[in-house]
Amino acid sequence: MVSTGINTSGGKGGNVTEPALVRYLLIAVALAFLALFLVLPLSAVFVQALEKGWEAYLAALKEPDTLAAIRLTLLTALICVPLNLFFGIVAAWAIAKFSFPGKSLLITLIDLPFSVSPVVSGLIYVLIFGLQGWMGPWLQAHDIKIIFAVPGIVLATIFVTFPFVARELIPLMESQGRDQEEAALTLGASGLQTFFRVTFPNIKWGVLYGVILCNARAMGEFGAVSVVSGHVRGSTNTIPLQVEILYNEYSYAAAFAVASLLALLALVTLALKTLAEWKIRQGLSAAKER
Amino acid sequence: MGSFGSKNSVLPGFGPALGYTIFYLSLIVLIPLSALFFKTATMSLDEFLAAVTSERVVASYRVTFGAALLAALVNAFFGVLVAWVLVRYRFPGKKLIDALVDLPFALPTAVAGITLASIYSPNGWMGRLLEPHGIKVAFTPLGILVAMIFIGLPFVVRTVQPVLEELDQEVEGASRLQTFCRVIFPTMLPALLTGFALAFARGVGEYGSIIFIAGNMPMVSEITPLLIITKLEQYDYPGATAIATVMLVASFLLLLSINLLQKWSRRFAE
Repeated sequence: MVSTGINTSGGKGGNVTEPALVRYLLIAVALAFLALFLVLPLSAVFVQALEKGWEAYLAALKEPDTLAAIRLTLLTALICVPLNLFFGIVAAWAIAKFSFPGKSLLITLIDLPFSVSPVVSGLIYVLIFGLQGWMGPWLQAHDIKIIFAVPGIVLATIFVTFPFVARELIPLMESQGRDQEEAALTLGASGLQTFFRVTFPNIKWGVLYGVILCNARAMGEFGAVSVVSGHVRGSTNTIPLQVEILYNEYSYAAAFAVASLLALLALVTLALKTLAEWKIRQGLSAAKER
Repeated sequence: MGSFGSKNSVLPGFGPALGYTIFYLSLIVLIPLSALFFKTATMSLDEFLAAVTSERVVASYRVTFGAALLAALVNAFFGVLVAWVLVRYRFPGKKLIDALVDLPFALPTAVAGITLASIYSPNGWMGRLLEPHGIKVAFTPLGILVAMIFIGLPFVVRTVQPVLEELDQEVEGASRLQTFCRVIFPTMLPALLTGFALAFARGVGEYGSIIFIAGNMPMVSEITPLLIITKLEQYDYPGATAIATVMLVASFLLLLSINLLQKWSRRFAE
């Protein structure tokens, strides 16, 4: 799904045939829709976060429970993103550079977590590791806590962010073929040298794209984490769960202050994503000219 | 293992790479998902049917699938319009707006949820304007629709946009309306349906952005994912699992139809 609005073909808008009035009307309706559903909610986050002034805003962020939530969210992302990054690269190598039967089934299975409801994603781990689950009695006997503890949060987050890097790299590496790698091997490079010197430079923006989206979801996941967290303040609350708690306690300004961190993360994600898309497209068109 | 790979490629690492892919996929995705079916299989058929067809559960399907369908229809219409405007016209701020379309993918659902709830609550920015006209959005099924439109917004835009870009060069002659009906619309239909199905699937499973604005009244504005959580909190594991199985089967069917649609649109493109 890399293909977004930036146009590579040159002469855009050359075939506009609609009368000016129709054009302006369509633009106005489209922009009004986007303003209502995107701009309004986004600005509401920041306006309400700062409603009680900077002091209150900063104080809300310095709350010990909030700081603990930030730490847990960072820890979760720090575990999930590298694991799914490694998987994404390995899976893309196998799928894009070789042909084998059952390939499209494998791609569908990798995409599966995207179509599962977040609540169901959390539930399946409760069924395995929860007290009434498959491993529940054994875990309890050995005093290991997974559900309503940090490992459960990490597992559920790995599940929901599982496809991001792989689904970005597979089409990208397929489009690049394997001529360059084969040439490097013929010239005597080792497998790993070939990967790091030839393949990786070609896919680095695709890797960045996958990593930032994976990270955004890992830090922002709510439904799946909500099922397995147990909501213990200061220990098993991630940032989104902390937002929920503050909101339900009617501390609206504080809830929006913490939420504004996630909104900022979303804006940074969009900016980096746009940059990565632009670089990927540049790379692809440069490769075509070569 | 290496025989498939080495036949058509001299590149190394096929065996270990495929092996690790299947191992990690099984560990993180396949085995945990199968737990749901094994747990369901311990129930008798009558128990299962009773759990998934009780009055409150059926009402939640109606709310969830109904709102997701309406939201996907709204997004299909406006998605085509936004893609059309972004591809064919020039106006200031276009690139920024193009990037902003993906906001619902990047903004955590809990943030979207509390923000939409506050905007549409009776004294919020939108609620204040709508309330005097007797339109209540927050804490009604209409709120669910608003949240689902938000989270499904990028899908149709992003599936239709590339198709329109391809078409842009070729559309000449005939009257405008004729061109749209006979050339443009049939060409983008597979992409439009794909985007529609993706938005619908996302709406059906959505939780975080909805629960704050929905009011969560049983029988009226309670979505199925929330009902799963409610059952879990009451320690009704079989009940939660049975409903989750229905949801999972629904998303498998949707995924299957999305895959078929994508194959169709790829063939269309060629």
